[in-house]
Amino acid sequence: MERIPILKMGDSLLVTIQVDMHDRLAMTLQEDLTTRIVQHRARGVLIDISSLEVVDSFMGRMLANIAAMSRVLDAQTVVVGMRPAVAITLVELGLSLHGVRTALNVEKGMQLIGHDRREDDTGAEREA
Amino acid sequence: MPNAKHEAVPIVSHDDIVKVRQRVRDWAVALGFSLVDQTKLVTAASELARNTLVYGQGGTVLVEAVSNDSRQGLRLTFEDHGPGIPDVQLAMKDGFTTGTGLGLGLSGARRLSHEFEICSTPGKGTRVVIVRWK
Repeated sequence: MERIPILKMGDSLLVTIQVDMHDRLAMTLQEDLTTRIVQHRARGVLIDISSLEVVDSFMGRMLANIAAMSRVLDAQTVVVGMRPAVAITLVELGLSLHGVRTALNVEKGMQLIGHDRREDDTGAEREA
Repeated sequence: MPNAKHEAVPIVSHDDIVKVRQRVRDWAVALGFSLVDQTKLVTAASELARNTLVYGQGGTVLVEAVSNDSRQGLRLTFEDHGPGIPDVQLAMKDGFTTGTGLGLGLSGARRLSHEFEICSTPGKGTRVVIVRWK
């Protein structure tokens, strides 16, 4: 069965979507990611969609689901590399990807995850 | 560039949704649509193709190059012989869905097109026509 590879980078997971996904592949990715988050105790998930020429409402919903599921599993999701034409179309379609963090590229996405983690840690120390 | 002025693409499986996106992209590129317009057309096609498959139990899309005065455009006609939509007005509302989706398919596709027409007969099927001009 076709699958999207999930790479482990430190305590984050990196997914680079390079194919035009059919709906079932998107569903499989959702399940695989949640399994891997728990397996690797990942704290961050980076989804690189820079190769995607189209994000429709199904794909948008999948990204929002992944963000929500990983949040419940104590991991942050950042979607990176959205093409300008895709961003324009998504908003016109009526999908604002509410609750999904985005960054321009993988590097900025990693920074975002690292930054949040540091804030979490100082927050925890302050509370302790 | 597709040689004919029109092409019918069947929509009977999830893989066909991907195929519809590819074919619509090819037509939009051949007609010289801008990248943003291509993306809008392909996204609208993807939404409507999924509706045809999931709600209409499969059907076809007819892709046609059209012209009007000095403008060129792409017309997509999605047709199925599924159960039809009892209340089209309701189905056009943002967020309305009888399935598990977001309910943005029809309303979103309308926003991404210049012309939008829907005709549905319960028990007979549904036809959705969209046009985007260059």
